[in-house]
Amino acid sequence: MLELFTVDFWNQYGLLLLKETGSTLIMTGLSALAAYLLGLPLGVLLVTSGSRGVAPHKVLHAIVDWAVNIGRSIPFMILMCTITGFTRLLVGTHIGVRGAIVPLVLSAAPFIARMVESSLREVDAGVIEAALSMGASPWQIVKKVYLPEALPSLTLGGSTSVVTILAYTTIAGAIGAGGLGDLALRYGYYRNVPPMALFTVVLIILLVQLIQTVFGRLSIKIDKRLR
Amino acid sequence: MKPIIRLSGLSKVYLQEGAPFQALDQVSLEVLPGEIFGVIGLSGAGKSTLVRCVNLLESPDAGIVEVEGQDLTRLSPAQLRLARRKISMIFQGFHLLMQRTCLENVQFPLELEKVPSSKARKRALELLELVGLADKANAYPARLSGGQKQRVAIARALATQPRVLLCDEATSALDPTTTTAILELLQDINRRLGVTVVIITHQMEVIERICTRVAILDQGRVAEQGAVAEIFRNPKTDAARRLVYPAGVPAELPQENPVIRLSFDGGAAYQPIVSSLALECGVKANILAADLRPLEGKTFGTMLLELPDDPAARKKALSYLTAQPHLTCEEVKPHA
Ligand SMILES: Nc1ncnc2c1ncn2[C@@H]1O[C@H](COP(=O)(O)OP(=O)(O)O)[C@@H](O)[C@H]1O
Ligand SMILES: [Mg+2]
Repeated sequence: MLELFTVDFWNQYGLLLLKETGSTLIMTGLSALAAYLLGLPLGVLLVTSGSRGVAPHKVLHAIVDWAVNIGRSIPFMILMCTITGFTRLLVGTHIGVRGAIVPLVLSAAPFIARMVESSLREVDAGVIEAALSMGASPWQIVKKVYLPEALPSLTLGGSTSVVTILAYTTIAGAIGAGGLGDLALRYGYYRNVPPMALFTVVLIILLVQLIQTVFGRLSIKIDKRLR
Repeated sequence: MKPIIRLSGLSKVYLQEGAPFQALDQVSLEVLPGEIFGVIGLSGAGKSTLVRCVNLLESPDAGIVEVEGQDLTRLSPAQLRLARRKISMIFQGFHLLMQRTCLENVQFPLELEKVPSSKARKRALELLELVGLADKANAYPARLSGGQKQRVAIARALATQPRVLLCDEATSALDPTTTTAILELLQDINRRLGVTVVIITHQMEVIERICTRVAILDQGRVAEQGAVAEIFRNPKTDAARRLVYPAGVPAELPQENPVIRLSFDGGAAYQPIVSSLALECGVKANILAADLRPLEGKTFGTMLLELPDDPAARKKALSYLTAQPHLTCEEVKPHA
């Protein structure tokens, strides 16, 4: 392990580590963004179309609920391998960072939908009722009550979602998506360079800590109930 | 005068674990423009259900909800949203938006109406001034006391210049001093802005302080309604009596001796009636229950007296009491 502290090690692997860390960050960031674009509206629908929601709709609710449950029950690894055709159709390739983003988004979006759902459910029903009594439309309630009032909770939920996506990217590494997971597998397992494996693991731990801290602090900072 | 709110034959059945529960049963009442109307009842009587029917937050299973001559049950969702802007509501739990400042809370209903923000801001500041909280404009609700939160809620409720203000247990979470202040504010708003106020409460004091008329709700039915003074003076139903005598009417009246009820209908001052009975007629009466209260500077209330089982003494006492001003007297049949 002492190699970690030698100049040689860094000359040999430094650039590679930097590049793959970048890949991981890009994969995680882009996937999280796209997964929220899909998961946030689904989460909102789960709450508003429910029987006690502001725009109840049995059929719509049942469809979204089922779709989300199915999405949640397919393991990422299996999803990734089975939708390669769809992935190619969508982004032209099923490998590399680009190829990984499609299954990452499809796997994370249902998860995010549930996270969003639980955050929105924390909003005091009385406040929703007050908004209704003022003549707010369902869309106004989503835009002006649910989302702003749940923002601290949504932010905190964001850290869980992003960390989950980060964990998925390391699995995606197995099919040549690149990134830190790929490095750990290639060097730690196939080429037997334990310091590389160790270092990538340390890097991933640091990333998780960073994400958790940033989102956690942000959530507290924006929560006006705490001052 | 044409009523501003007319409820007619309102019924509402809830399913509670599969079993039907009649929360409202043929409720009919009318609220006149500019008055402060009270609805009182014990917890679970259906008061919240009733008031939530007025703006159709709850849709009744049967009956008519008319506000300013418009039957709300026939409106489309969009029309109903417009109608609701003229029927504001405040709550026991305030229900402020916790991530918005007080000013932004008051602006909220104006944003819903797409009032330009500079105009909305100006109006919101005026309203905070009206409720005495101009200095808290930029504070968040988490920093306010209960009374202050209710003031913000009142300012918010007034933003759209409503014709009706519905108050569901608006003072029930507040201490007595704050309750008084909020009731005075509501009265002031009623007088100055001419807003019709409907007060839902389980506290008799709230009704007697500011309401002109009252309906007593008991197990989903209107037990009695009328002028507050009238109902205080002579509660006719059990439900009304339970509320008028918070100390409780003795469940079992003594069987052997006659019992009379005295109603004080607003004599200038409280008369020491029991001692004068003893002094002037030589009749010793026993007070079974009494609940006297000052209202609009007069004494109202009721007293239950047990008289001796002597026909002569009883007759003497009754003729003496009947002769007193501001006092009515009736014999009470002992409970069957
Ligand atoms: N959504 C509901 N589902 C089932 N039962 C309800 C519902 N809302 C109210 N009830 C019942 O209706 C009765 C009246 O409730 P409510 O109007 O809140 O009474 P109050 O405000 O007078 O205390 C209560 O017994 C309550 O349990
Ligand atoms: Mg209630």
